[in-house]
Amino acid sequence: MTERSEGIKKHAPVVTPSDEGGLMTERSEGIKRRAPVVTPSDEGGLMTDVGRRGADPSYRPRRTLPLRVEAVRQLRRRRTWIAFAVLLLLPWVLAAAFKIGGSPSGNDPNTPGLVTVATTGALNFTAFTLFASVGFLLVVAVALFCGDTVASEAGWASLRYLLAAPVPRVRLLRQKLIVALSLSALAVLSLPVMAMITGIYVFGWARLRLPATDTALPNGTALTRLLIIVGYTLVSELVVAALAFLLSVTTDSPLGAVGGAVGLVIVSNIIDAVTALGHWREFLPTHWQFAWTDALQPDLVWTGMVKGMVLSASYAVIFLALAVRRFRDKDVVS
Amino acid sequence: MRRGRAAAIACAAVVLAGALTWAAVDDEPRVKATDQRITVVDGPKNDQHVTLDTTFFPPVRGGRGPAVLLAHGFGGSKDDTRSQAEDLARHGYAVLTWSARGFGQSGGQITLDSPDYDVKDVRQLVDWLARRPEVRLDRPGDPRVGVAGQSYGGAISLLAAAYDARIDAIAPQITWYDLADALFPDATGKGAANGVFKKAWAGIFFTSGASSTACGRFLPSLCSMYQKVAETGRPTPEAIATLHRDSPASVAGRIHAPTLLVQGQTDSLFPLDQSDRNARAITGAPVRTVWYQGGHDGGDPETSRVDGLVTGWFDHYLKGGPPPDDGGFVVTRTGGIDSSTQRVTISAASAPRYPGLSGTTRRSVPLGGEQVTVQNPAGGSPSSISSMPGLGLLGALPSTPATGGVGVDLPGQSATFDSEPLDAPLQLTGAAQVRLRVKAVKPSSEPPTLFAKVYDVGPDGQASPARRIAAPLRLDGTAQVTLPAMDYRFAAGHRIRLVFSTTDMGFASPARPAAYQVSVESPLSVPVDPALRTPPAPLPWWVWGFPVIAVAAGAVIAATSRRRRRPRAEGEADASTPLEIRGLTKRYKNGYLAVDDLSFRVERGQVCGLLGPNGAGKTTTLRMLMGLIHPDDGEIRIFGEPVRPGAPVLSRLGSFVEGPGFLPHLSGRDNLELYWKAAGRGESHMERALEIAGLGDAVRRPVRTYSQGMRQRLAIAQAMLGLPDLLVLDEPTNGLDPPQIAEMREVLVRYAAEGRTVIISSHLLAEVEQTCTDVVVMHKGRLVAAGPVAEIAGHDGAVVIGTPDVDRALSVLTALEGIEHAEPYEPGVLVRVNGSPPSAVVAALVGGGVAVERVAPHRRLEDAFLALIGEDS
Repeated sequence: MTERSEGIKKHAPVVTPSDEGGLMTERSEGIKRRAPVVTPSDEGGLMTDVGRRGADPSYRPRRTLPLRVEAVRQLRRRRTWIAFAVLLLLPWVLAAAFKIGGSPSGNDPNTPGLVTVATTGALNFTAFTLFASVGFLLVVAVALFCGDTVASEAGWASLRYLLAAPVPRVRLLRQKLIVALSLSALAVLSLPVMAMITGIYVFGWARLRLPATDTALPNGTALTRLLIIVGYTLVSELVVAALAFLLSVTTDSPLGAVGGAVGLVIVSNIIDAVTALGHWREFLPTHWQFAWTDALQPDLVWTGMVKGMVLSASYAVIFLALAVRRFRDKDVVS
Repeated sequence: MRRGRAAAIACAAVVLAGALTWAAVDDEPRVKATDQRITVVDGPKNDQHVTLDTTFFPPVRGGRGPAVLLAHGFGGSKDDTRSQAEDLARHGYAVLTWSARGFGQSGGQITLDSPDYDVKDVRQLVDWLARRPEVRLDRPGDPRVGVAGQSYGGAISLLAAAYDARIDAIAPQITWYDLADALFPDATGKGAANGVFKKAWAGIFFTSGASSTACGRFLPSLCSMYQKVAETGRPTPEAIATLHRDSPASVAGRIHAPTLLVQGQTDSLFPLDQSDRNARAITGAPVRTVWYQGGHDGGDPETSRVDGLVTGWFDHYLKGGPPPDDGGFVVTRTGGIDSSTQRVTISAASAPRYPGLSGTTRRSVPLGGEQVTVQNPAGGSPSSISSMPGLGLLGALPSTPATGGVGVDLPGQSATFDSEPLDAPLQLTGAAQVRLRVKAVKPSSEPPTLFAKVYDVGPDGQASPARRIAAPLRLDGTAQVTLPAMDYRFAAGHRIRLVFSTTDMGFASPARPAAYQVSVESPLSVPVDPALRTPPAPLPWWVWGFPVIAVAAGAVIAATSRRRRRPRAEGEADASTPLEIRGLTKRYKNGYLAVDDLSFRVERGQVCGLLGPNGAGKTTTLRMLMGLIHPDDGEIRIFGEPVRPGAPVLSRLGSFVEGPGFLPHLSGRDNLELYWKAAGRGESHMERALEIAGLGDAVRRPVRTYSQGMRQRLAIAQAMLGLPDLLVLDEPTNGLDPPQIAEMREVLVRYAAEGRTVIISSHLLAEVEQTCTDVVVMHKGRLVAAGPVAEIAGHDGAVVIGTPDVDRALSVLTALEGIEHAEPYEPGVLVRVNGSPPSAVVAALVGGGVAVERVAPHRRLEDAFLALIGEDS
C-alpha cells in the first residue's frame, strides 16, 4: 500500500489551505523550497505548500537513495576495496605459483584437465583462473556484496534513518540490489580481465587449447567462448546473490548474512557430492556451477549451461520475492 | 526467536535432504528370485543329461509376463546378469538366467554354443518357461520369450532364435557372426582359410576354462582342435568347419525373430564387421544395429544405455509397446567432458537405416607416400602393439580417443601413408578401403603378412590410433584391403594415416625374416553416413517450467502479505495537527505488550515531552511514528496523514531515535550530505545543522573516531537538516555535558518558536520540565497523563517546607490564618496555602521557632512519576 505511493506522480503537489497563515512567513524565510506553491486561499489567507499526501513539497520518492549515492556509500567502504584487491591479486598469485612450481604435466590422471593446459597462454590461464575461483572465491565476493548491503546498514542503525527519510522500503531494496549486483558483476568481470592481463604478461598469447583433446581453438572462437563462460558465471552467481540478499534483509548481522549464504553454498556442494541422490542433485543450486566447462569442448554444448542458468535465475526470483516480502513486512528494530 | 526460526529452517532442510535420499535410494520394489536346477538332455544323440544352474525372476507385479532368457558371457555364470534380470523383472518380465553348460555350477562341457549342445539346452529352457504360471503364452507350449546376452551369450541368442521358432525377439551383444572369420580375419576378404590367427584372443578364449588339465571343461574335440591350430598358427579346414557350424553364420538366414545387434567399438575380438555381417545375413526379421563405446577391450560399458535399448526392444516386440524411436542404426560417440559429472559425455547419433560398413556415400582421400620396404623380424618379435587382449577388459589400456594413448609401431617394420591435412572435419563411419600392393622382396612359401591400422595425426604431428584395432592381411600382389570398421571423427587440419606393420602382438605372424615392398595404389575410400544425426539432448520440462513457476511464485510471495491490511482510518484528519495518535497498540512477537491503547495529540508550536521510565513504550511509539514498525492496532497521523512505512508525510518528520546511525567510514559531513541526497528532497540546511552539531573541524574526520556525544549531536543535526515541521528526538541530551544540554534546550525551544513542533522523549522529569511546553506521561505502554507542563508538572499553590521540626511546624501552621491544609511531607511539611503568601507562612514559622531549611513549590507530577519509577525499581 505504502510502496505503491511511489508510483503516484508528484508533478502537481496538492495544496491544502492552512488555517494558520502566520506560519507561512516563518517557513518561507527559513526554508528555500524548490518551486514553492503559494496561492491565496479563498479566505484570503496564505496556503501552506504541502505536497501530495502531506509530504514535503520537494520530496520525490523516486529521487530517494539515487544509485549514485548508494554506489558512493558502498564504494567508499574498505571491504569493497579489499574484495577487489583479492580478486585482482589472485591471478598474479596463481601465475607466480605456476612459475615457481613449474607447469603441470598432463601425465597425472588425477590432475583436472584445465590445470594441465593452464600455462599454455593467456586464454588458458584465464579459463583456469575462473575454474579455480568459481567454486568459492567468487561465491564469497558475491555473497559479500549482496549479503552485507542491507544487514550492515541495520548494524550501523543507519537503516532506520533511511527508512524514515523516507526511502520507500521496496525502493530501498531495489536500489541496494542494483548496486550490489553491479558490484558483484564487476567483481566477476574483474577476475578474468586481470587473469587475461596476467596471462599475457606471464605466459604470452597462445591459442586456447582445450583440455583432454589436442585441439586448439581459433582466437575469435576462443574469445567468444570466454565471453560465454563469463556470462554464464554471472548468471550462475545470481542464486548466491539472491540468497545472500534474502539473508541480508533477514538478519542485522552482516557476517551472518554473508557467512550464511556461503555456508548454504557449501552445504549444497556437500549434498551434491552424495551421488545416491541421483538426478535430484540436478536441482541443487550449485550443481551446475561448472557447467561452463562445456564451452571448453570442441563443440559447444549448451544443455548444462541452459539448465544451470534456468535454475539459478528461478531460485533468484523466488529468493528476491521472499526478500521483498520479508523486508516490507518487517519491524525494523535495529 | 529469530535464531529459533533459523534452526527450524535448518532442521527442515536436513529432513528434506534425508527424505530425498531415502526416496532416491529406496524406490525400487523387491524382486523375488528362485534358484533351481533344470535337467536337460542334449548331445548329437540326445543322450547326455546335464543339470543347468538357473535362477528365475517372476514379474514383480505378478500376473503373466513375457519371458526373457539372459545368457552370460564366456567364462561367466548366471550371476553376471542378475542386476539386468532384476531390472527386467521390475519391468514386468519373467526372467530366467542360467549358467551355460561347462560354466558356473552347471554340469557338462564347454561346446562353444554348439547346436548339438547349448542350443538344445536353450530349447528345453524355453519348454520349462512354457510351463511356468508367470509366463505369458502365445499358444500352449509356446511362451512369449526373448533372448539376450553378451558375447558367448549373444551367439547363443542368435543360434537359439535360428533353431527355435518360438523365440520372439533377440538382443545379442558384442558377439560373432562367424567364429572362424573372427579368429582368422583377413582384410583382403578371402576368408578364414587365408586369415591370420588371432592368437592372443584365441589363447584367452580356449585356456580360460583350463584348470588342472590343459582342456579344463572344454569338450575334448574342441580342445584338441585349438591345440593343433595354435601350434601352427594356420587354420585347418576341419577347424574352420567346426567354428562355422557353431556360428550364427551357418543359420542366420533362418532367424525370424526381430534382432537388436549391439556391437562394441572397443573390440578387437569381435569387431564391428561381425555384427555387420549378422545384420546383412538376417533377412527374415527387422534388425537394428547399435554401435556403443564398449566391447571386449574395455571402453565405456554404457550399461544403462545398452540395457535401456534391450528393454525397449523387448517392450516393443514382446509387450507390443511403442517402437524404438531412434531408427535402425545407432552409433554412440564420445563428446567432451560432462561438466556436472566430470565424465566423458557420450551421445547417440542415429540414422533411419543401417547402411553397412560402406556408408551411404564414400569420400575419396588421396594418400601420399612412396613404396616402402618393411622388415618382418625373425620370430615375429619384437612386435607392434595395437591392443592388449584381456587386459583391455580390466580397463588397463585407455582406448577412447578422448583419453589419448599411443600405439607402438616399430621403425623399419611399418609403412605409413598420410593424407593431406583435412580442410573439413571428416566423420568415418564404417570400414575404409584402400587398394594395396605388397610384394615380397624374396619369394617365400608364406605370403607377406601385414596389419593395417588407422591413425589420426594432429596438427602438431602427434599420431594416435583412431581405434586400437588392427586388420590383418595375407597378400602377395594387389588387393582391395578393408581397414578396421569404426566410427571416428577426424578434425579439420588433421591427417589420416594408414599404417601397415609386419607384426602385431595379438596375431600370429611369420617367424621367418622377410622384407616386403608396400605401396598404396588408390586413394583412401572413406565411408560416411551423413544421415547419422545426434539429436540434441532434450531439455527436461523444468527448463521451461521452472522460470514460469518461479515468476508466478515470486509474484504471489511478493503480492501477499503476512500482515492483515488495516482498513483505512475513518474520520477526516486535521492537516494542521502535527501528531495525533489514536488507540495505538503494539505487541511484539514474543508477546510483550509494548504499547497499549495509547492516544494523544501534539499541537503546532509545542515542545512536547514524552515522559516515562525505561521500558514505558516511548521508543516503540517513536518507531511506529517513523514507520519502522507496524502497529497492531490504532493509528498515527502526522499532519492528518496516516503513517505507514515509507509514507510520504514522513518527509516532514525529522527524527533521532535510539542513538545515531552513521556510516562509520565516512566523515560527519559526508554522512549528512549522503543522507540528504538519499532523502529525495530539495536543498538542505547543512551549515545551520552543522552549527547546531558544533563539531568544528571534526566534521571532516570519519565518524568512527567520534565520541558518543559528538555522534549524538551529529545525529540531532541530521534530524534537523531539512528543518522538519515535526522534530522527534529520543533522549537527546544523553551523553551531552551540561553546557551542551543547556544549549540544546535553547535550540529546541527556538525551533518550536518558529512554528514547528518538537517531541522529546525522556525518562528525566527535570529535563521535560525545563524544555517542554507539554508533556505526555507513559508507563507500561499506557498513557498516564497528558497536558501542559505548567498544568501537570507546575506549581499548584502548595509549598513544601523543609524542616526537622515537623510537629512544631504543624502546630504553628494550624494556628495560622489562610492555610487550607498542612500535612507531614518528607523532609518537612506540605502546606496548601489559601490566601496568605508563602513569605507570610515562612515568617510565621520562623517566628514560631521552627528551623526552616528550604522552601520549594510542590509539583504534582513528581509524586506520580516517582511512584511509577518506584514501582519499577
